[in-house]
Amino acid sequence: MSMQPRATEKEPAPSSVGEAETRPARRETSKSSEVRIKIAEDILRRLEGTEPEEEIKTVGKLVTKDLNVYYDSFRALKGINIRVPEKRVTSIIGPSGCGKSTLLRCFNRMNDSIPGARIEGEALFNGEDIYDPRADPTEIRFRIGMVFQKPNPFPKSIYDNVAFGPRINGFKVDMDEIVERSLKQAALWEDVKERLKDRAYNLSGGQQQRLCIARALAVNPEVILMDEPASALDPVATQAIEELIRTLSHDYTIVIVTHNIQQAARISDRTIFMTMDKDRSGFVVEDGDTLQVFTLPKDERTEAFITGRFG
Amino acid sequence: MAVAITTPAAYKRRTSGMKKRSSAFYGLTLMATLVGVVFLVVLMVDVVRDGWRWLDWDFITSFPSRRPVDAGIKSALFGTLWLMGFTALIAFPLGVGAAIYLQEYAPKHWAISLIKLNITNLAGVPSIVYGILGLAVFVRGMEMGRSVMAGALTMSLLILPIIIIAAQEALKAVPDSLRQASYALGATRWQTTWNVVLPQALPGVLTGNILALSRAIGETAPLIVIGALTFIAFTPTSPLDQFTVLPIQTFNWVSRPQADFQSLAAAAIIVLLVILLTMNAGAIILRNKFQRRSEG
Repeated sequence: MSMQPRATEKEPAPSSVGEAETRPARRETSKSSEVRIKIAEDILRRLEGTEPEEEIKTVGKLVTKDLNVYYDSFRALKGINIRVPEKRVTSIIGPSGCGKSTLLRCFNRMNDSIPGARIEGEALFNGEDIYDPRADPTEIRFRIGMVFQKPNPFPKSIYDNVAFGPRINGFKVDMDEIVERSLKQAALWEDVKERLKDRAYNLSGGQQQRLCIARALAVNPEVILMDEPASALDPVATQAIEELIRTLSHDYTIVIVTHNIQQAARISDRTIFMTMDKDRSGFVVEDGDTLQVFTLPKDERTEAFITGRFG
Repeated sequence: MAVAITTPAAYKRRTSGMKKRSSAFYGLTLMATLVGVVFLVVLMVDVVRDGWRWLDWDFITSFPSRRPVDAGIKSALFGTLWLMGFTALIAFPLGVGAAIYLQEYAPKHWAISLIKLNITNLAGVPSIVYGILGLAVFVRGMEMGRSVMAGALTMSLLILPIIIIAAQEALKAVPDSLRQASYALGATRWQTTWNVVLPQALPGVLTGNILALSRAIGETAPLIVIGALTFIAFTPTSPLDQFTVLPIQTFNWVSRPQADFQSLAAAAIIVLLVILLTMNAGAIILRNKFQRRSEG
């Protein structure tokens, strides 16, 4: 991996003597502070008009204690100690391959199906051990929903996609009502209410991803895990998903893995920054309020990453 | 030097050999295709010309006879339909079930890999070996006699490897993202398999099944071994009745000296081909229908 500072990498060769004298020295600081100002503005804009946030409860919705994850003999994550507060958006950022998705998938035991995957330490959901031998993985996944990187609707109708979760979990309720409520929550109802029997594959990429969110919401989960939900989408669809995530955070606990640092700044209340060691095992560098992590990072690796000098 | 390589003349000089080889290869592959097609057409024309005049309603509704004019394929046609029906009923659930286990449930283990390898090998075992197995196990061991059931069980063993392999391929082709989506909603493995994986794999599974049955419908050797080469002048009324099938009836007629029986054999082949083509057409229609459904 290249540790070259990105800002200097892209530096154009000075074209004239005059420019060379004035610019290069200032370049780096102005670039990183520009980014930071923009990020701070984003965060402040969001906080405007909202109530001052109450103190994050000490007991998180999701908590890990000295969590290690192995794939056979390879340690993918080491010593993870994080807290995810309830009804907030927590984003996980970090360079590629540092184990962000692995950490996310620990919470709904989606790593169970990978041969050779095992964990040490604890992962708690509402204070209960997710990996307790008596815990039922299907129940955990029912209560902790997930949205994937690539929209993956079932090859069924829009209606059946949303109704899938309630049906397999044996909900005895008015299915039409659940479908309508979930699609409204996912801001997709107006687009599809006239064609619920249409194939889900006929929708655009952004609509498909919102359908996947509606599908996850239909079983009324407490937590929604999102693995780079907007990375396969165009800017307009991305913005729609981001707005949706903000709205959903009033009712749901959301954990989102993202490659887009600015996106983390725009939408999340808490930010977890991860990176990895030389042996490629990932660990958490910083876990704090988004405003603090982005404006006053405690660790210089965090600062290097968010200002684009690393990763 | 660098300039010379890029002039149009130099380009032509360099590539003319390649272009010639390219068109020669095109000709070779076309010829290879045509050889197969031409032989098939010659065979069809020969069979149809020979058997066409014997092909009428009487031929289909009469039992075999020593006199060519009276002879028909009723018992063989019904035997084929009975045999295929029971073979499908036995082989479909067993084959698809085995494929689901191997693809969706089986842990990664050397024993499982060994089983998969052996299934592939079984698909290449000569069919007469299955006949001997059927004779020993079903006809004699389980005392089923030369019945439809014994034949169907033998045929099922014969085509099971084909069905399993085809179904496994179809299941393997289902994108993992769909399974993950289902699991993430709290679905059990069975719910995921039944509601998500199987519907998506169905076109491939069905195609494999029908192609396997198409192979079984033309099989003669294993049925001769288990004793279906007898004179049968009735249609089966239960799975434990004796039977004969179209390929055996054809074999029987071909081996007689009279020219008229040769033509009767040709007529029986036409009937068999029609059934075969109908089944394959059915496979294609089913596949297209389900594919449209699953791809939206």
